[in-house]
Amino acid sequence: MSDSPKPFKKTSPAGTSQGKPAPATPLTPRRRGIIVGASEGIGAVLAQKLAKEGYSLALIARRKDKLITLCNEINKPLNETRALSYVHDAANYAEVPGLLRRIVADLGGLDLIVFMAGVNYPPGLNNYNFEGDRKMVEVNLIGAMAWLSPVAEMFQNAKTGQIVGISSVAGDRGRIANPGYNTSKAGLTTYLEALRNRLTRHGVNVLTVKPGFVKTEMLKAAQGATPFAVTPEKAVEDIYKAMRERKQLIYTASIWRWIMLVIQHMPSVIFRRMSF
Amino acid sequence: MQKTFTQFDNFGHSLKAASYLSQPKSAEDIYSAFKLAKKMGLTVTARGAGRSYNDASLNGGGIVLELSAMNQITKWDQAKGQVRCEPGVTLEQLWKKVEPDGWWPPVVSGTMKTTLGGCLAANIHGKNNFKMGTIGEHVIEFTAILPTGAEMTCSPKKNADLFYAMIGGLGMLGIFTSITLQMKRIHSGLLAVDAWPVQNLRRQLFSLLDGAPKYDYIVGWMDGIAGGYALGRGQIHAARYLHEGEDKNPQETMKIQNQILPPRIIGVFPKGLLHYFISPFTNNLGTWGINTAKYIASLRKHTFRQSHAAFHFLLDYVPNWELSYGRGGLIQYQSFLPKETAESAWTEMLKLSHQNRLPFYLGVTKRHRPDQFLLTHAVDGFSLAMDFRVSEGSRAKLSVMLQEFDRIVLANGGRFYFAKNSETSAETTLAFYGKETVAKFGKLKKRCDPNGLLESDLFRRIFG
Repeated sequence: MSDSPKPFKKTSPAGTSQGKPAPATPLTPRRRGIIVGASEGIGAVLAQKLAKEGYSLALIARRKDKLITLCNEINKPLNETRALSYVHDAANYAEVPGLLRRIVADLGGLDLIVFMAGVNYPPGLNNYNFEGDRKMVEVNLIGAMAWLSPVAEMFQNAKTGQIVGISSVAGDRGRIANPGYNTSKAGLTTYLEALRNRLTRHGVNVLTVKPGFVKTEMLKAAQGATPFAVTPEKAVEDIYKAMRERKQLIYTASIWRWIMLVIQHMPSVIFRRMSF
Repeated sequence: MQKTFTQFDNFGHSLKAASYLSQPKSAEDIYSAFKLAKKMGLTVTARGAGRSYNDASLNGGGIVLELSAMNQITKWDQAKGQVRCEPGVTLEQLWKKVEPDGWWPPVVSGTMKTTLGGCLAANIHGKNNFKMGTIGEHVIEFTAILPTGAEMTCSPKKNADLFYAMIGGLGMLGIFTSITLQMKRIHSGLLAVDAWPVQNLRRQLFSLLDGAPKYDYIVGWMDGIAGGYALGRGQIHAARYLHEGEDKNPQETMKIQNQILPPRIIGVFPKGLLHYFISPFTNNLGTWGINTAKYIASLRKHTFRQSHAAFHFLLDYVPNWELSYGRGGLIQYQSFLPKETAESAWTEMLKLSHQNRLPFYLGVTKRHRPDQFLLTHAVDGFSLAMDFRVSEGSRAKLSVMLQEFDRIVLANGGRFYFAKNSETSAETTLAFYGKETVAKFGKLKKRCDPNGLLESDLFRRIFG
């Protein structure tokens, strides 16, 4: 109604210029979720999927142009504001508490966080690169802690909520190709397991997702063969199904569960001689 | 003040939103919450007992001020029947305080768990709306703290514009800190109740219209499932106060233990478990069975005496009855229609609900009269409250049907009540309040709350 008086109009409390998500009602319920690392790959596809399933979303990434394009792609066809964009570098930990508060106010609550920000700097088989290793741990692991620890506290108090962490099969064993990446993902897997053990008793679900190879930008950086690679769409299908069923841990593609079972139990005396 | 992230829901358990919980103990605490909210860029909503069926006491992602710790009755003058309370005092506390001295709250809701702060914010009515008006008409004065920190004392004479806007103002102008109410003198702990059946909607409305002047209270139950000639059939309960002398032993009947609802049925079965046994009947077939049995049982016209508490607080008779509606909870759709258009509008709505196979499981009718509060829901006519079960499968269909209901109510000059309706849009709200009223409320809002700190999910929905 364009001719309606707007006696209550004011800028949103967070001072954002984006439209606010439509209010939730019992007949049009809205779950509210944050996706950290949403601009491309699995993140972008998951954002599309969750918006279609009725979520209001805060999409976080470093690249503003990609975020805005994605938000438009989501909001325009639905003809309402379902996705909001927030530019943020997951390694900028100091920014998190304020940004989180702002997002929760903008969304009108919080039911879900998906952490999938990840960087990968393979050093090469015979090279060592501390700067790359450090960056991977800073984003993939400490970035996750910076977001998930305040959210875990909120969910524990609220006695509800869902945390999804995108780790990797690479965290299951330390291998020759990329020690820093293996470490960051092993740390993330363990961190998520610890959160799960803390939070399950408070009614909070923690889902660890371990993708194998996914056909994204990151895969182009990988060296060697990439067996059982899945499309981001297939990975998102698996993740969404696991979220609905409130699972604890999934591999995508699921065959990695059996591959990693063998690899995890392979004696070091053999494993250290392999080129895998 | 502690601020814990907490999940809140509404009375119908149909909507959930997490907020930062704050439990103030004084007006100063409320003011510091306002200051903190401003600093953090958050909004604030007051919450009493959370007995609204909609989003009135929810503020997802903001601060919720739960006023249950401010629950002292600070003054009781039993000669004049005037009581001063903090906003977190419940109707249960209030009637238990005044009833043994021969007084009763002039206006009460269907549950005694509601707080006075919430009752004033929604400007509640009871089964005597046609006679006693809303609770606001019995407020002698109140004090409220505004987000600016100013403490305002208002009465029909003093700060009258705020008095008539804050009562029924949905907690969006300020927060009540002290409320002074006039009680009603009673001469017995019992009411004389007449109950009779009504065969269809026309007779139901006629009974309310014709019966109201003869009684102090009148309420109808409506069968949401019966169709054809019996569309809108039900039962009327009408009650009057006993005159002085009619009750031989008023001291005895006014004792609290002779008022309260027994916690067990036939002395053995705990009522706390009853909602599990109702649950299998909250579907179309089960409700048909219950309604039919109830209607047949009501065919005998009868007269009896009942305690005030038992007559008024039907919703408390089965504790946690609302849980019997299952995971999706329930929503209540209440429409207020002028007496001239009510029959045709509700006939259309009832038929629509039958066509959609979405009948209401509980229907309640009342007789109303207008009042002079700014955001009033009252009309010279009737109200019909309908409880619908919410489920995964019915949501979309129910949503479309209620939008159609809104259109019918607007076209017939009707109004809505924001302790109840959860789906009303901003456009519909503007249409029934009128632009002038909304602009007037907006102006007061700007004056009382210049930074827009007071906001609830309800406010964003209907004024967004």
